[in-house]
Amino acid sequence: MDSSNSGATPEIIGKALYRTMVRIRAFENAAEAASQGGVSAYGQQAAGSAKVRGPLHLSTGQEAVPAGVCAHLRVSDYLTSTHRGHGHTLAKGADLVRMMCELFGKATGFNGGKGGSMHIADFSVGMLGANGVVAAGLPIAVGAAHAQKVLKKNGDITVCFFGDGAINRGPFLEALNWARVYDLPVLFVCEDNRWSATTASGPMTAGEGASARAASMDIAATQVDGNDVFSVHETAGRLVREVRDGGGPRLLHALTYRVKGHVSVDLAAYRDPAELAAALETDPIARARGHLLSHGVSAATLDAIENAARDEVDTALAIADAAPWPDASAAFSDVQTIGAGQWH
Amino acid sequence: MALNKDLSYSEAAVLAVQREMEADARVVVLGEDVGRGGIFGQYKGLQQAFGAERVIDTPISEAAIMGAGVGMALAGLRPVVEMRVVDFALCGMDELVNQAAKNRFMFGGQGRVPLVARLPGGIWDASAAQHSQSLEAWFAHLPGVVVVSPSTPQDNYSLLRAALQCGDPVVYIEHKTLWGLRGDVDEDMAVPLGKARRVREGNAITIVSWSKQVQACAAACDALAAEGIEADLIDLRTLWPWDRETVLASCARTQRLLVVHEAVQVAGFGAEIAASAAEATGCRVARLGAPRIPVGYAPVLEAQSRVGAEAVVAAAKKLMG
Repeated sequence: MDSSNSGATPEIIGKALYRTMVRIRAFENAAEAASQGGVSAYGQQAAGSAKVRGPLHLSTGQEAVPAGVCAHLRVSDYLTSTHRGHGHTLAKGADLVRMMCELFGKATGFNGGKGGSMHIADFSVGMLGANGVVAAGLPIAVGAAHAQKVLKKNGDITVCFFGDGAINRGPFLEALNWARVYDLPVLFVCEDNRWSATTASGPMTAGEGASARAASMDIAATQVDGNDVFSVHETAGRLVREVRDGGGPRLLHALTYRVKGHVSVDLAAYRDPAELAAALETDPIARARGHLLSHGVSAATLDAIENAARDEVDTALAIADAAPWPDASAAFSDVQTIGAGQWH
Repeated sequence: MALNKDLSYSEAAVLAVQREMEADARVVVLGEDVGRGGIFGQYKGLQQAFGAERVIDTPISEAAIMGAGVGMALAGLRPVVEMRVVDFALCGMDELVNQAAKNRFMFGGQGRVPLVARLPGGIWDASAAQHSQSLEAWFAHLPGVVVVSPSTPQDNYSLLRAALQCGDPVVYIEHKTLWGLRGDVDEDMAVPLGKARRVREGNAITIVSWSKQVQACAAACDALAAEGIEADLIDLRTLWPWDRETVLASCARTQRLLVVHEAVQVAGFGAEIAASAAEATGCRVARLGAPRIPVGYAPVLEAQSRVGAEAVVAAAKKLMG
């Protein structure tokens, strides 16, 4: 995945970024379709027949951020995520089929069906988990980065994704202060998608937001157009290098947009349709496609990437559907070694 | 055989952490004031011995201390997480309840969180409502953690070592006023988690307690013995998992159980033990804890939350009658 030292040409890097984004989009589109009727929220009825059940938080429209950032990461780097974590997990290199199995709740999923979408994780590639609590990943990330420092894993870093809503929770402040106090190798990435659940973030946030708060703690922050994957890639590449070289924490503030509602069944009726329409004009995948076409990459090449992603997702859906449920006894494993759940 | 004569409860804890840090380079300490030895001296000398990189002074950031402990554990360290007092641990509650305790299960066993969260509990003289709470029942209610509450220097040494070797999150509740308690500590004595200590033997009634309240119960047992009532006194030591075998065997023999704790009686952990014993043995049960009031500051107010030996004697006699 680490494209920074590979000598890859801009065209190869561009196609790789494009592929990451369309795989995320295809995965989430399929998951959304498979979730219909599966959760009771926001006035929707639970039909119970959905393959993907429970809250499904989609990152549609935000794909450029994980694609651009994670292209610079190694397996030995750590990543913490949010409740909107499919894109981060795929971009960090997790297996798409096992991800879909987890969303289906099957035994073959990464978490054996114990976590689902909201806790999607692949520790084998350093992806330490999506999290159901806003801002909870920030202290965990600084802890992982702190361990990298104590264990002298020099050159390895931790990347921490969080949303703009998270900056109003205390752990954000505590984690940034901590990272700077100990000069930890951590890159904070604020995916500023402008919404905090079903409330617009702007009116709920005093001051200038993530970048300003980072600057107040002497953490260099860089703002970037989060819907331009090439800008994200270039800026993240510089920040990752600085963090890897021992420069201490950095913050990337990526301005993007949450196209879908808070969860898949949330139709976001509270949102001005004009706002969404404007945002769709800046769709990161369409923009990347236009950019690549104008730089000589053929439409056939890009079509092939998209078709391959859809085929891959179709295969994953079929595998996940056919996969076995976890054995009921699995509810009692991985709780704790001493004094686990065998006693009522 | 290394016998340390006359160590305090606090010194015993230092020795336990020191031995684990010597044995395992992954063991680190983090928390407020730990470099100066901790507010109760329970880390005294450790930063001088092991350096500031392994005994880490932190900002007053309980959420970050506990959350960073989770991240450190996932990334290969074995952190000792200091919270000063259990009352302050509430500022890191998401990190303990939703992160540390849930991680292993919800990620399907991909990660483990071998951290020990030290949350000193109990009434701290004249420290009022926010520095005197006994919250052990909250944690015993929480799948994914071990809950330990040592009452002697030997147990604080042996159980702290066992907690650090356990591999899962441990909520380790030392009592805020036991730090000066002295006793001999045998470094080679292992105390397994989940195993109670029989403090004294008797056949008339079973009394179960833990932490500092064991002292009041021991005094009560002396008074009861003077009246010919020989009580079986059990120090639980570990609240989760608690030693059902020892407690239930005793209850089956005595057919009377009194559970005594410093925490408020309502919805306390005593209810769990009493109900379990009644279900399993049909014995008569009683609970004795504090009234459901915050701990007051003035001595006369604070005393209302204390469960003394006289109250234990009275409750035991009532159960005998």
